[in-house]
Amino acid sequence: MDDLDETGRCVVVGASMGGLRAAEAARKAGFGGEIVVFGTEPHMPYNRPPLSKDALLAEADGLTFRVPRAAQDVAWRLGETVVGSDLTSHTVTLAGGETLEWSGLVVATGLSPRRLSLPGPTEGRHVIRTLDDVAALRAELRPGARLVIIGAGFIGCEVAAAARGAGMEVDVVAPENVPVERPLQTMLGKALQRRHEARGVRFHLGGQLPIGYGGTGRVTSVRLNNGSELAADVVIEAVGCTPNTQWLEGNGLDLSDGVLCDNLLRVEGRPDVVACGDVARFPNVLFDEVPRRVEHWTMVTDTAKRAGATLGAYLAGNELDGKPFAPIPSFWSDQYELRLQSFGAVGLGGDDVRVLEGDLDDEAAVGYHLDGRLVGVVLIGLASRYQHYRSVIAAG
Amino acid sequence: MRITVDLTKCQDHGQCVFSAPAVFALDDQGKLALRSESEGDSYTSEEMDESLRDDVEEAADACPLQAILVED
Repeated sequence: MDDLDETGRCVVVGASMGGLRAAEAARKAGFGGEIVVFGTEPHMPYNRPPLSKDALLAEADGLTFRVPRAAQDVAWRLGETVVGSDLTSHTVTLAGGETLEWSGLVVATGLSPRRLSLPGPTEGRHVIRTLDDVAALRAELRPGARLVIIGAGFIGCEVAAAARGAGMEVDVVAPENVPVERPLQTMLGKALQRRHEARGVRFHLGGQLPIGYGGTGRVTSVRLNNGSELAADVVIEAVGCTPNTQWLEGNGLDLSDGVLCDNLLRVEGRPDVVACGDVARFPNVLFDEVPRRVEHWTMVTDTAKRAGATLGAYLAGNELDGKPFAPIPSFWSDQYELRLQSFGAVGLGGDDVRVLEGDLDDEAAVGYHLDGRLVGVVLIGLASRYQHYRSVIAAG
Repeated sequence: MRITVDLTKCQDHGQCVFSAPAVFALDDQGKLALRSESEGDSYTSEEMDESLRDDVEEAADACPLQAILVED
């Protein structure tokens, strides 16, 4: 193991958007030592949301993020996976056995898609998380292909829309009663289902589950628990993700749902370890003190800047930014010509959902309330009302 | 410092408006207001004051389509 010099070394584990923004923020906060970013994928950080939208069907240019000036001297060690860590001796261990010492650590390892462990062939089964996932999938998509999507969340719905637009047959299988039921609740889910069905998507919901894949060598069908069988040329498993925290095990951390952080994004109060992005579970004082993981694209940058600033200031001996961290959750989803745009904590207001304006089958604003207070909004279209509703949420 | 916005990439998400309200706005239709100030596929600003740098860099980071470039 090499020795650290007096300026220290910041190791960032995870070379996606969160790792990039955290590295930049650590520099901007005054950290002058070495920054090394490890990433399992061979690619420089790139933008993932298009992978289930425009970039699904045709290779897209310009997904790679520009490396900002403050991060020009960062060392990128791509295609190298960190498999272990010791927070007491301040080291990480790479898959090849190398051990590297750090004075500051950024946890930015994100999520991995869940895979279904079902009997049957594996060829023809896909997930959508990385550039390489989508490149492999795209090679099998063509007009007329029969696509079975397992999962009716945002990814499943976006892929269904893109695939129908490209002339594929689409079946969606999920145990929920309506699509996006867990994040958006029944009323909006039903409205989205109507739109998809009008475009020819077939849903198999309400307790329906895949129990196995048919075919020899390659998937040709999906068998369901109600005895039916759906013909399939391609299967996409879009059944959620799990946090990549295995490499942090053995340090006594609470890894029950990502990495537990305080409002400064310090991991369980440690000054020299921070986390950001999908893997970070932190309290957002805009709502309450309960730590939560938030799988929203905008939250990656918000948490990475905060985490990088916290760590960079600590390592440089500068003062911490003590302002309460209260980012406004925001997400969008593109399905057909329609954009869903959300602001606030929709998940907290699932028991009291009301149409605030408009028509669910045209354009509308849907409000999610907690104790009578509006805590989240989802807009179907209605772009002219973005600014209004975001400012309502921001005002708390 | 100037900014360039690739109007072919921009999909009017409006995140930039919240990051840099002195620079970006959405019009009554929810479209990026500075589209009307541009004739081609991109918009380039006049020289901007350095005091706006933090805000426009935040807007560039927050853009879902990464359509904003901050140039020195």
